[in-house]
This record gives sequence, C-alpha cells and structure tokens, in this order.
Amino acid sequence: MLEPLWGWPPPVLDPAGPYAEKVTVLAWALFAMGLLVTGVVIVALWVAIKGPPWIKSKLGGEKVVWIGGVAFPAVVLTILLVWGLTLTASLTQGITGKETRIRVTGEMWWFRVQYLGPNGEVILNDANEIHLPVGEPVVLELRSADVIHSFWVPHLSGKKDMIPGRKLFLRVQADKAGRYGGVCAEYCGGPHALMGFVAVAHERAAWEGWLAERHAAQAAAPAGPAMPGRRIFLESGCGACHRVAGTEANGLIGPDLTHVGSRLTLGAGILPNNHGTLMGWIGDSQSIKPGNRMPSYSMLPAEKLDAIADWLGRQK
Amino acid sequence: MPMRDRSKLPLRPVAPVWAMMAGLALLSACKQPPASRIDADAAAAARGLSAMETVGCGACHEIPGLDWPKGRTAPSLVGFDDIGPIAGQLANTPANLAAFVRNAPAAKPGSLMPAMPLSESEARDVAAYLYRIDDD
Ligand code: HEC
Ligand code: HEC
Ligand SMILES: [Cu+2]
Repeated sequence: MLEPLWGWPPPVLDPAGPYAEKVTVLAWALFAMGLLVTGVVIVALWVAIKGPPWIKSKLGGEKVVWIGGVAFPAVVLTILLVWGLTLTASLTQGITGKETRIRVTGEMWWFRVQYLGPNGEVILNDANEIHLPVGEPVVLELRSADVIHSFWVPHLSGKKDMIPGRKLFLRVQADKAGRYGGVCAEYCGGPHALMGFVAVAHERAAWEGWLAERHAAQAAAPAGPAMPGRRIFLESGCGACHRVAGTEANGLIGPDLTHVGSRLTLGAGILPNNHGTLMGWIGDSQSIKPGNRMPSYSMLPAEKLDAIADWLGRQK
Repeated sequence: MPMRDRSKLPLRPVAPVWAMMAGLALLSACKQPPASRIDADAAAAARGLSAMETVGCGACHEIPGLDWPKGRTAPSLVGFDDIGPIAGQLANTPANLAAFVRNAPAAKPGSLMPAMPLSESEARDVAAYLYRIDDD
C-alpha cells in the first residue's frame, strides 16, 4: 500500500539513510556527467556544421578522434566506475559486529522474512514486512527460493538481486522512524508487479518492544484454541502451505501466518490488512493477485471465511 | 503494488440533466434516483473513492473507477445505480448506505459483509461515490 516508486520527491532521490544517500549522490553525479557530455557533443556538432573552416579542419583531425573519442571517454568512464564502486562498496558488506540481521528470501511472489539472532539462528518468522531499528545499519541476508528477484527499498538502500543458491548481503539504514515502501525490482514472472513489502523503522526501544510483543503474543496465543476459525483453518487444509506456531499447521510453501494479524498489508504489500480484506483474499486471492500460488477458496461460504479471518486477525 | 496516479481518478461525469429527465419520464417510480444521487458532491465522491482504495473494498467487490483489485467474493457494484433496497433490505438512502458500508452486520443483521474500518465521515464520502455510479 506504500508507494515505493511514485511520489514527490521521487523515493530514489529522497534518501532516508546513509546507504540510500550514496546511491542518490551517485545518481546525481552520473546525471551531471551525462549532461556535460551531451553539452560537449552538441557544441561540437554545432561547430562542425556552422563553425569557421579552421575549426572544422581541426575537429576532423586524427588527434581529436584519439583524444576526444577514445582517451577522454576511457579515462572518465574508468574514474566514474572506480568511484561508483568504492562509494557503494559498503552497501554490500556482510556482518562485521553486532548488527541486526534479517534474512529475506524472495519467493514467487512474496518475501519470506526471518529475524536472525547473533549466531544466525532464526528468532522470528514473518513475511512481507521488515522492521528495523532507526539510526543503525541493518544487514539483510538476501536469498531466493526459486528465480531471480531483486530487493529494493529506494528510501533506504540500493537494489540488490536475490539469486537462487547464493547468499548476498545488503545493508539498509533508516535515520528517521517511518514506513518505507519496497518492491521486487526484477521481473520474476506472473504477478511480479504485485510483489512488494513494507519496511518499518522504529526507534531502538520501540523496535525491541515490537519484537518482544511478537514473542509475547505467540506465547499467549494461538488466540482462542476454541475459536471456530482455528478449526476451519485446519480442516480446510491451509496448514499444508502455511505455518501458525502452536498449531499443527506447519506448511512452508506460503507466508508464515503466526503474526499475520500484526502485519500492515496482505498479499505482499498490496492490500491493507483488515477483517474484510482477509476474507476477500482467502475467498478469491486469484482475482486480487492473478496467478499467485494460493488457490481461491471460493467454495468456502462467507460464514467460514468470516470465522477464519476472525481467528487469523488475532494472530499477532 | 497498485501503481496508479491518484490525481487522475477515473470518475465518471454526472449524467446530464436531460438524460435524468428522460430517464424519469420513461422509467417512472421504479428507478427514480433519490435527489442525493444527482447532487452528490464531487469532492466527497473523490474522497470516497480514495477511502475505498485505502481500506480495500476491491478485495471483494468490483467497483467502477477502481481498476484494481476486482474481487469476486461479493456482488459487483457496477450496476449499483439499478438496485432497489441496499443489500436487498435497507431503504436506499445516503444515511443507510453510509451506515451499511461502515458496519454492515449492524445495519443489516445477518449480512455477510464485514464491518470495515471507515470513519463516519469516510462512510458518507463512500456513499457519495457509490451514488454517482452510473452504468447506463
Ligand atoms: C497451495 C498452498 C496454499 C494453500 C493451501 C493456502 N495458501 Fe494461503 N498463501 C499461499 C501463498 C503462496 C501465499 C502468498 C501469495 C502471494 O502473496 O503471492 C499465501 C498467502 C496467504 C495469506 C496472506 C499472507 C500475507 O501476509 O500476505 C493469507 C492470509 C493466507 N494465505 C491464508 C490462507 C488460508 C486461510 C488458507 C486456507 C483456507 C490458505 N491460505 C491456503 C499458499 C497457500
Ligand atoms: C469480505 C468481503 C467484502 C468486503 C471487503 C466488502 N464487502 Fe461489500 N459486500 C460483501 C457482501 C458479501 C455483500 C452482500 C451483503 C448482503 O447482502 O448482506 C456486500 C454488499 C455490499 C453492498 C450492497 C450491494 C447491493 O447490491 O445491495 C455495498 C454497497 C457494498 N457491499 C459496499 C462495500 C464497500 C464500500 C466496501 C468497503 C468499505 C465493501 N463493500 C467491502 C462483501 C464485502
Ligand atoms: Cu519480481
């Protein structure tokens, strides 16, 4: 629901942290260089057509071609390349100390999110949403479960491909609390255009509170074991693809629903999350996100959708 | 991501008055639009459309002017201008419609549409938009 690409100023040119800042500087520098070169070419063209003969004959000389056509671009492009790579090298640096670590796995067509402890153990399973503490670098471990995806939160960092079989790092940092939209930036088939997520930056204490709340909610839940929604969820076979901690549902094909009620969006950043949209998604996700890997449960009567949504909405 | 330009909401223009008159003459009582349908204020309707987008009514309904999503769990609202009572039961007035879209089970006991997170004024805006649907 958050627009990662549109808006004014454009998110790419509106960095909210040091990593995105570097990308913005690079973008402006390349733009300025492009402008300069275009200017030089236009002037040269004009002179070549309208200029006095002595300049024309000089411009046509072999020396000009060697200097202006070979040496100049080679030197400028090399400098830009080296500078650009050095400037952005820190974006892809792995863990160096006690940074917060989050593993994000691109799946067709959503993002699996796992918060990692200091030793790389999973401490929390979530999806399509990344919560991070403000003002410190967060190291994302990017993976893919199927095809190449690309992870991009323009306000917080550069773009980084998620490649099957590889573990790549991307650092993000938000200097002010807030919500930032993200997208998959590499066409990955079918509903790729409906594959987004939200990054939420909290002050450090609030972030710790958020994590603690998830654990507390999980310890207190699964809300109402006696709720009819829980039984219908399990009877309908949702557990084959979805995990809800504390129940027998332990499928790993779709997003973990243990904390689904606390998420801001449904369907990978595309729908607001409320009782109505939950019912609508379960009842007919295929009209909402055509081609996604969850079947439409149009055979479930509204009462059952209502009960499931009621129960799922309480899974905070 | 719904990537749409919100400044270009594809609102349909209000049917010209003469069409209304012709409609009234031809169709008499059964399809007489309440005065509110003609007057529904355009700014309120635009706010209503954006409220529907924000809370996700499209997850269940096809709604004219909302190009995505077009859920099919609930009746399409494309022909909403032709319905009689709201949800087959409530008198078709702006107040009833606003109450229904905000909290359907309260407005119509037993309704299968869930309460939606709209404020009262957003619900009135939504009703203003729905009354401007003109499918003819
Ligand atoms: C065949 C596997 C499969 C089954 C069975 C299945 N789902 Fe899903 N579900 C998925 C996948 C895959 C997604 C992610 C879709 C996407 O965003 O592309 C998903 C997404 C969801 C989401 C949105 C989660 C989020 O955070 O965006 C909910 C809620 C959900 N499913 C509920 C259910 C319920 C309830 C049932 C049973 C009635 C069910 N699912 C059955 C595969 C499945
Ligand atoms: C969970 C799916 C769902 C969502 C989300 C939903 N509705 Fe509905 N809606 C329904 C169902 C089911 C009905 C039929 C209810 C009945 O007959 O009591 C309905 C009926 C209606 C009607 C009456 C249609 C008629 O022909 O009389 C209107 C108007 C309406 N909805 C508007 C909205 C608006 C506006 C929103 C968003 C604020 C919304 N709906 C969100 C399921 C939904
Ligand atoms: Cu993609």
